[in-house]
Amino acid sequence: MEDLQLMVGGLANGCVYGLIALGFVLIYKATEQVNFAQGDMMMLGAFIAIGLGNESHGGLPFWLACVGAVVIMAAFGMAMERTLLRPLFGQSQIAVVILTIAFGFVLRFIAGAIWGHDPLVMDHPIAGTHVTFGPVVLSADEIAVIAVTVLLTGLLYLFFSRTKLGIAMQAASQNQLAAYYMGIPVKRIHGLTWMLAGATAAAAGILFAAKGSVDPSAGLLGIKAFAAAVIGGFGSLPGALLGGLIIGLVEPFAARYVAAGYAQIAPYAVLILVLIFRPHGLFAQVSGKKL
Amino acid sequence: MRVSFKTSYNHDIRLFADGYQASRYAALVVLAVGLPFVLDDFLIGEVTGVLIWAIAGMGLMLLTGHAGQVSLGHAAFLAVGCYAHAILMDRFGLPFLASFALAGVLTGIVGVLIAIPVFRLHGIYLAIATLALSMLVEDIIVLAEPWTGGVIGLTAPTITIGGIDMDRFGSPDRFYWLCLAVVLLITLGYRNILRAPLGRAFVAIRDSEVSAQAMGVRLAWTKAAAFGLSCLITGWAGALLGHFFYTFNHEVFTVVVSIQLLLMIVIGGIGSIHGAFYGALVVGMIPQAINIGRDWITQVIGTGGVAIPGLETGVFGLILVLFILFEPQGVHGRITKWRIYFELFPFYRRDLFRRQRSYLKTERIR
Repeated sequence: MEDLQLMVGGLANGCVYGLIALGFVLIYKATEQVNFAQGDMMMLGAFIAIGLGNESHGGLPFWLACVGAVVIMAAFGMAMERTLLRPLFGQSQIAVVILTIAFGFVLRFIAGAIWGHDPLVMDHPIAGTHVTFGPVVLSADEIAVIAVTVLLTGLLYLFFSRTKLGIAMQAASQNQLAAYYMGIPVKRIHGLTWMLAGATAAAAGILFAAKGSVDPSAGLLGIKAFAAAVIGGFGSLPGALLGGLIIGLVEPFAARYVAAGYAQIAPYAVLILVLIFRPHGLFAQVSGKKL
Repeated sequence: MRVSFKTSYNHDIRLFADGYQASRYAALVVLAVGLPFVLDDFLIGEVTGVLIWAIAGMGLMLLTGHAGQVSLGHAAFLAVGCYAHAILMDRFGLPFLASFALAGVLTGIVGVLIAIPVFRLHGIYLAIATLALSMLVEDIIVLAEPWTGGVIGLTAPTITIGGIDMDRFGSPDRFYWLCLAVVLLITLGYRNILRAPLGRAFVAIRDSEVSAQAMGVRLAWTKAAAFGLSCLITGWAGALLGHFFYTFNHEVFTVVVSIQLLLMIVIGGIGSIHGAFYGALVVGMIPQAINIGRDWITQVIGTGGVAIPGLETGVFGLILVLFILFEPQGVHGRITKWRIYFELFPFYRRDLFRRQRSYLKTERIR
């Protein structure tokens, strides 16, 4: 029974990792850029939701605060693409990686300056309630986190595989020049992608804040989420979720059954093993080499 | 404007382009050697720190700037060098020079061993694998307590060469000269590697793997060599860093240090040895500049000193963002452009250094 509870806790954690990983994959899938600031955007989304919704701050109703955070982060993502990433259009991937790492530092500093460095807790309607399934007691927020994540992943998957915009996004990443020739407005597509990534980051932030407290260094979670995205195969949406779940599950079980100290290295050990044996992740997106 | 006529092919790979350039560097070395006679002990300590970070920067520059392989985990190799050196000196009683040389070589071997599986990965996958490695090493240091002292850490033994003590605190001038000597030797070695076929192969791989392969460069072998040499230099930087900090534990070598190293060489100017030094200078000066700025603000507003946590990394990040957006070639690139502006005056064109943009294709479908 204890195992089952560990599992649900791990799944809920994994869902948050998965959602951040989803943001990584979203941007990578559509723009071939890697956004290392995704974790910090998640942190910012969480803080905006807290700032709008908590009694001590904005005092808006919970749902309004959530919607507000998602909208603000979507606008933020778009603004970020416009000001920071568009000048780098056509330059190497590594420039974007370094830029977003540095911008993550800046975001962390800004969040610290506005909301302080002490952990904050979000007020939400289902805080502290439990659901009992026979002998297993699950907290309601964990179940909500899992449900919302599955829903979001499904929606994004359908968006990418079914809608015209989603397919245009994939085309823009596969070959920018060819996409231009086909009449796809690549730059605008990039803007929309970052908007979507900002909104996803806000959703991840709200779910993260619902499970615990947030402080400016929460963005470092992004590194674990990045590991999740790589385990899943960078560029695959279900893979990102799966990778997140694997990392989320490995952590509590390693903490429970392996000697202390080894638990925190377990996710990275898994990552390195995956990279050695399946260099492009579990859901490999790389097809054969053609010259 | 100086005009140099090349009269032989060897002219292209000379250590110095002409006597003027050689004399400039000689002057710089003389200046650096004489620095302890001018500066007080605190400032010499700071300069020593800059030198050591410049060595670490050169280590990463070789891999990232010249061989084009991005590593987000070089703090791990700093740690290996640092601990290996301290353990060799303390436990095995080796003299400083032997232990120092061996620590670097050990780090290089570790680097090659890691490079073999990891180099099947490209670009971003390589970056994340090295990042994970950095995370792992941090925890392994804590776990390997009997050797590394765990959370408490180790204390660097005193350096003695030929009966002369070189202590970071007791005799900072001598420690500074020691670091300077190491810097000079490594820089010279680095420059020579770049002139040799190996260095040219590095640059070829950076610019195009396919073309390099077509020209007969052995990809796997050359990449492993780049990783090994890079780790060798980084290991030496780590060994000196141990002496510089005097006591150290796993917290000295966090992932943030890895990332900062990468950011440092980007600010300095990627793809040039100068860049490693400029980057180390900028990073070394940021805390001082912030202190001065804070004092200034306090004077103007007239209130007590404002302490903002995280300001340092925030400013660092901001500077970096501005550099990537407006001067991707870093400090070195900026200085080169200014120099050429004056040399060519008034014929400098704004687009002289403009690079053609390339349209991205996915890495997933090759």
